[in-house]
Amino acid sequence: MAEYLLEVKNLKTCFELFRGTVKAVDGVDFTLKEGEILGIVGESGGGKSVTGFSLLGLIDLPGRISGGEVFFRGEDLLKKSEEEMRRIRGKEISMIFQDPMTSLNPLQTIGSQIDEMLALHTDLSSAERKQRILDLLTEVGIPNPADRINNYPHQFSGGMRQRVVIAIALAVNPRLIIADEPTTALDVTVQAQILKLMENLVHKFGSALILITHDLAVVSEMTHRVAVMYCGKIVEEGPTKDLIANPHHPYTKGLLESIPKMAGARTPRLPQISGMVPSLFDLPKGCSFAPRCSRATERCLQDVPEMRLLSPGRKAACYHPAGMAEEGEGHE
Amino acid sequence: MKNRLGNFFRSELFHNFLRNPGAVIGLVIVIFFLVMVLIGPFFTPQNPYDIGGLDLMDAYKPPMWMDGGERAFPLGTDEQGRDLLSAMVYGSRISMGIGLIVVLLSCVIGTFLGLVAGYFGGRLDSLLMRLVDVQLSFPAMLVALFIMAAFGRGFGKLVFALTIVGWVLYARTVRSSVLVEKKKEYIDAAKLIGLSPFPVIFRHVLPNILTPLIVIATIQVGTVILTEATLSYLGVGVPVTKPSLGLLVKNGYDVLFSGLWWSSVFPGMFIMLLVFGINLLGDFLRDEFNPRLK
Repeated sequence: MAEYLLEVKNLKTCFELFRGTVKAVDGVDFTLKEGEILGIVGESGGGKSVTGFSLLGLIDLPGRISGGEVFFRGEDLLKKSEEEMRRIRGKEISMIFQDPMTSLNPLQTIGSQIDEMLALHTDLSSAERKQRILDLLTEVGIPNPADRINNYPHQFSGGMRQRVVIAIALAVNPRLIIADEPTTALDVTVQAQILKLMENLVHKFGSALILITHDLAVVSEMTHRVAVMYCGKIVEEGPTKDLIANPHHPYTKGLLESIPKMAGARTPRLPQISGMVPSLFDLPKGCSFAPRCSRATERCLQDVPEMRLLSPGRKAACYHPAGMAEEGEGHE
Repeated sequence: MKNRLGNFFRSELFHNFLRNPGAVIGLVIVIFFLVMVLIGPFFTPQNPYDIGGLDLMDAYKPPMWMDGGERAFPLGTDEQGRDLLSAMVYGSRISMGIGLIVVLLSCVIGTFLGLVAGYFGGRLDSLLMRLVDVQLSFPAMLVALFIMAAFGRGFGKLVFALTIVGWVLYARTVRSSVLVEKKKEYIDAAKLIGLSPFPVIFRHVLPNILTPLIVIATIQVGTVILTEATLSYLGVGVPVTKPSLGLLVKNGYDVLFSGLWWSSVFPGMFIMLLVFGINLLGDFLRDEFNPRLK
C-alpha cells in the first residue's frame, strides 16, 4: 500500500489553441492521504477545474495532459488505458460538479441516474439496487425517497439536486471524491447545509475529498489542508489553520485580506489585489503573480520561484514570503 | 400508462394543439389518410392491381355526377377501365408507405452518423460532414433521378434512392445539436461515472436532441412523398403495375387534353391535401419545440 492515496507529480495540462498554447495546469504537485480533505483555492481560470478533470483523464481536445504522473493507490493513472480508466471513474474516483441545474440529465428520473452508477460498478440485483438508492437518498437528506425516486430533476430545487448529485458520487463508495465548486451555484443558506452534509458523508464513508473552490470561507470550514493555485501553478500549500492564520505567499495574503470582515475594526475600503489575472496566452516571464505583487523585486520578474519548504508542513513558491519570523531577504 | 395518457391531455403541448386550428386540421387530414390506407382497401369498389377484374368497356368513364358517370365508379375511370377512387386509395398507400419507410430509414441512418460525428469529432466528423456538404451541393431531386435512372424502376430502389438523398439532413441537424448538448455537465457526469461512449450517446445525448429530430422527420414525410410523386411522374419511380399518386397524375396527364381531366386532377389534389396536412402538423411541432418562437 502506498503512503498516499493520491500523489500528483508535476502534472501538466495544456490546450493547444489557434492563438497559442495555454498551460492551464503547469507543473502541479500535491498529495492526499486516505480520508483527507484538501482544498484547492484560486481565482477563476486558475486551472483548478482542469486539474480535477486531468486526474480522471477527461481532458477533451484540443487539450491534453502533456506531462507528469498521477499515482492513485500506487498506480499511475496517466499510464492507464481508457478501458481501465472507465473502471476507475465513478467506482474509485467520482466527481461532483458546480451546477446541479446542468449536471443531471433532464430527461431521466433521479432514481435511474443513481441506478446507472450502481448497475455499472456493482453486481447488485435490481431489487438490491433499489434499496441502495433509497438508502442513499435518505443518507443525503431527501425526505420521502420512495416518492421522489421517480421524479425528474426539474421537480427538485437546486439544493436538493446537489444532494442527488452527491448521492450519485457516493453510490459505490469511491476512495476519492473531487468536488468542483459544489456550492457556488447554491443559495448561501443551502451552501452551509450541503458542505456539512459532504463533510459528514465523506467522514462516514471514509473517502478522501478534493474540494475545488474560490471561496476561502468554505475551505477554512472543512478542509485539512489547502493548496492555492494561481495561473496553473500551486503557489502555496499547507495545513488549513496555519495557512489562513499566517499566509506566506503574497497572493494568499491578498485573497485573505479581500474577504470582508464582519467583526473588528472596519477598514474604510476593502483591500483588493490590484491588477488583473494575466492572460494565459501571455504569462509574465518570472513569477506569474509578480506584476500584481507589492513585494515583487527585480528577481521575481526574471526567475520563476520554485516551491520550497518555509516552515514545517508549509510550502510556498515565493522569493519574498510574508509572515516569516525573520521577514528576511531585505526587500522592505 | 393511464397516468401518462392523462398527463398528456393535461400538457401544454395538448392545450396549445387544441388552440391551433391549423394543427387540428393537419392532424385530421393525416389521420384521415392513415385510416384510409389502412382499412380503405377493404371498402374500395375494385382492386386496381387485379387486371382480371378490369373491363375495358368501363374505360374513360367520368365521375358519377357527370353525364355518363356510374355509381360504381365514383370518381370515374382511366383508360383501362380502372376505378380512379380505388386506384387513389391504393396509390396513397404506396405514397405514404414510401414516405414513412424512407423517413424512418434515413432518420435512423442520419441520426446515427450525426451522433457519432458530433460526439467523437475529429477526422470522422470532418469526413462525414464533407460528404454531407458535397451531397447538399446537388439538388436532392437530381441525385435521386440519377440513382433511379441508373438502377431502374422499383419500390425498393426508390426507397434506397430517397434514403441516400435524405439522411444528410438528419446527420447535419443531429450533429449540430450534439455539439451543443455534449458541452453540458450531465454529459461530463455520465462520462465520469465510467460509462463508455456509446451508452453515453444513446442514453444521455440522444434523448436530449430528439425534439428537432421529430420536427424534421414530420415535415420530411411530406417532402419525401412529393419527391416520390415527382420521380414517378417523370417515369423513374414506382413500377407501372403498382401506381403511386404521382404515377396516377402522370397517367392522367397523358389523356388530360382529351378532356379526361379527372384522372389527373383528383390524384393531384390527394397529394396536395396529404402534404398540406403533414406540413400543418410539422409547422405546429416546429413552433412548439422552438423555444425562440415562444
